[in-house]
Amino acid sequence: MVVNIVIHILLALMMPPLLIGVINRTKALMAGRRGAPLLQPYFELARLWRKGSVFSRTTSWLFRAGPLVALAATLLAASLVPFGGHNPPVAFVGDLVLFAYLFALARFFTTLAALDTGSSFEGMGAAREVTFGCLTEPVLFLVLVALARESGSLSLNGLLSHASGEMWPYGAAALLLMVGALFILLLAENCRIPFDDPTTHLELTMIHEVMVLDHSGPAFGLILYGAALKLFVLGALVLHVALPFGIGEGLLGWLAFCVGMLLLSVAVGLVESVMARLRLLQVPRLLVAAAALAAFALLLTVR
Amino acid sequence: MSYGAGGVDPTLLLMGAVLLSALSGLPLLFKPLSPAAAQRLNVFLIILATVVGLSGAISSLLSGSSTSYIVALSLPFGPHILALDPLSALFVIPILLVACSCSIYSLGYWPADQHPRTIRKISIFFGLLVAALLWVLIARSAGLFLIGWEIMALAAYFVLTTNDDEAEVRTAGSLYMICTHTGTLALFGLFSLLAAQTGSFLLPQAARLDGTAPFATTVLLLGLLGFGLKAGIMPLHIWLPSAHANAPSHISAIMSGVILKIGIYGLIRTLSFFTTIPLWWGITILALGVISGVIGVAFAIGQHDLKRLLAYHSIENIGIIYIGIGVALIGAANGSKLLILLGMGGALLHVINHALFKALLFLGAGSIIHAIGTREIDRMGGLLRRMPWTAFFFLIGAVAICGLPPLNGFVSELLIYLGLFNGALQGNGAAAVALAAPFLALVGGLAVACFVKVLGVVFLGTAGQPLAADAHEPGWPMLLPMGLLALLCLLIGLAPLALAPLLEAAVSWHPLLQQESLSLTTTAPLGWLTLMGLALLGLLLLLTAFYLSRLRSSSCTTDATWGCGYPAPTPRMQYSASSFADGLVGLLAPLLRPYGHRPVLPQQELAPASSRFSSHVPEVVLDLWLLPLLRRLEQYSSFLRQLQHGQLHLYLLYIFATLFILMVWALW
Repeated sequence: MVVNIVIHILLALMMPPLLIGVINRTKALMAGRRGAPLLQPYFELARLWRKGSVFSRTTSWLFRAGPLVALAATLLAASLVPFGGHNPPVAFVGDLVLFAYLFALARFFTTLAALDTGSSFEGMGAAREVTFGCLTEPVLFLVLVALARESGSLSLNGLLSHASGEMWPYGAAALLLMVGALFILLLAENCRIPFDDPTTHLELTMIHEVMVLDHSGPAFGLILYGAALKLFVLGALVLHVALPFGIGEGLLGWLAFCVGMLLLSVAVGLVESVMARLRLLQVPRLLVAAAALAAFALLLTVR
Repeated sequence: MSYGAGGVDPTLLLMGAVLLSALSGLPLLFKPLSPAAAQRLNVFLIILATVVGLSGAISSLLSGSSTSYIVALSLPFGPHILALDPLSALFVIPILLVACSCSIYSLGYWPADQHPRTIRKISIFFGLLVAALLWVLIARSAGLFLIGWEIMALAAYFVLTTNDDEAEVRTAGSLYMICTHTGTLALFGLFSLLAAQTGSFLLPQAARLDGTAPFATTVLLLGLLGFGLKAGIMPLHIWLPSAHANAPSHISAIMSGVILKIGIYGLIRTLSFFTTIPLWWGITILALGVISGVIGVAFAIGQHDLKRLLAYHSIENIGIIYIGIGVALIGAANGSKLLILLGMGGALLHVINHALFKALLFLGAGSIIHAIGTREIDRMGGLLRRMPWTAFFFLIGAVAICGLPPLNGFVSELLIYLGLFNGALQGNGAAAVALAAPFLALVGGLAVACFVKVLGVVFLGTAGQPLAADAHEPGWPMLLPMGLLALLCLLIGLAPLALAPLLEAAVSWHPLLQQESLSLTTTAPLGWLTLMGLALLGLLLLLTAFYLSRLRSSSCTTDATWGCGYPAPTPRMQYSASSFADGLVGLLAPLLRPYGHRPVLPQQELAPASSRFSSHVPEVVLDLWLLPLLRRLEQYSSFLRQLQHGQLHLYLLYIFATLFILMVWALW
């Protein structure tokens, strides 16, 4: 029990940057390059942590608080999601609402920190982030309601452990629709292609990267780490719904979960390799499509 | 029978509070007192009324016992009864907290020596308004209820039109007056119908009437109209944005925080009369709530006027409260105690929460307007450096109104969400409520967008205008109430368990909940919320300490904001409120009908001439639907004007003729 909680916390703290490494490696291999080492994101975090900081004269304490609040909220959200077949450290009735709203809290403070610089580029990024956020949150809730209806549980743990395994034999159609919606959500929330290009340097076309233009040194490291953690947490959510069998407990369960997460990042890398970034005006349409998928899933469960 | 507060009956305490607040304006009428001293005495009386009234309300909620008093006056439509029950007592709490805060705030915001012309009017009617609000809550007969209701409406009109030398204020006042009296008309119908059924003008006890009877439908519709107009539910909200925007800020705070809630109280009270409630009642109210929530916040995003924007958020929050009530009604129709408790408990908690954070936000807006003299968001900017405390309190209010953890807005929204999710788990028709959950999430997302816009454009960046650059922090009479309200928002968010017994008492009138005790502490994760809130704050502290220690041991330099290579940025290049909202307003254009002027850049010229840009979001229901309709109606009905000629003797003849006809009809 205690061992599982310790492993859960250690995984949440240590593994997220590896996913970014795997995604980048997949993209490099697909493009015919050898690519950076898998552990490159860890090296980058360590380098940023050692660096000094440059602050804009315009900024206030909110600019410094932004990344900290966002990371604290994401860390707390990480404690609510089960990793594999093990219970998460915290689970209670209604924690799914807290889970969704913690990400909203992170979004709130990240965008405020961006606006604190007074730069119109970061204003653009913040405006896009909150606009797309309005569309992603209903998608998440549609999926959560559908899962709650099927599993009869109101905590993420009950919801997800039911989804991976018991529900597949009779609810495969609804689950497939949910996987589609959640995967789109994963890409949108983590600003991956086709929503946003994490490697681009054209400020006018970016969402997440442009919001953090003015962050530097340790604060920027915290932001990159927080982004990886968010990918990890939402990825765990997708994995549970996507897997047609329950992940076992014990050492084998942990191993299976880690392999699953790595495969998920390969999938994200593949999507990024074969797709181009959407025009900003088309992003809402894709998000509405995700909402439609989730709504159909809900319809299948309510009938 | 024992009472909590010194053995005094709660109803008596409430009557004392009514008396104290009604008389609180009197000192200003005494010549020998200097206006400033009289205002301080006035505020003191309101504080006293708050202490007396709150102790009455809380002891009533905890003990559940109070006495009814028969008013021995030979008023028509008797008998008249005053009483306090837990449902009323719960509404007393936000009313007095907000009234007390606003009153203290007025010492700095509306000081007597700077407003010699208006100070008497605003203080006297403010006191009467608070008294009337409490009066409506303890009135148990239609006559007393309507007397209080009308005093409240008129007192609110007079405080709202304090600046009556401005045409805009007068227009807003007239619109408010028309709407509130339309509502009162509906209430006359409602109470007459009830009296025709029960044979008395006393308000019926809980669950005495049959909800499936034909007259019940009419009562519900009249209640939705009469109380909905007061609560500002979409599409009956037309008076609300202009009234809230044009009133002095502490009056906006009490209007938005408290007066709207009297509409909610009236609706819940009316619903409490009925038993065997049909399912469609709940679905209707739920749908109204969803519409009001989504469209209210959508309109808020397009606003440029800080107080108008906050007013639209009131419409959104009234919508959230309606969703809670709808969940409870659907639960009642299906016999689910859980849905009743969660829905009604969430709605009532949101009544308190919205009063606290909306009053906080309006008071914050008042401080800004006080400092720079404009309500235009785009003319503010960079105020966080000039007004750090106002900015901090406003930030707390903004996080709370977005329903984000760990503040109070999250707790009430969580209860309503739990009601919706629990509805989804039940098979029988209640599953329809599940569809409201994504909409509530949409409302949350849009609220985040809107308040990021407000905070970003008002407080962050650099000051675009000289006005904002000279802004200053207000004095303690204005900061203290804001700090108090912010503290309450945090406390309710961190320790919601403390409020659970009060909420349970306030819903205990429901017959289904009386049969079997069902507790909020076991059905909702209130204890977990404390734990998670503290964990969040703890994590934040830990990270901050970690980060600050790292900053201290590394080099820190300051420089200009990175302009992507552009060397000479000016504050005018910052993202404005319009540009921030442009994407969302564009997505919602079919609903919001934005209009304005967009410059077209000529293709050939190297240096185009200066151009201008403007964008506006109209009040669609009023400006695009209702006013054209009324104008058309006026055209066709203008011949009736001949009846209104200004000759008094003919008017008397009308009255005589009417009475004569009625007499003949009665004798027939």
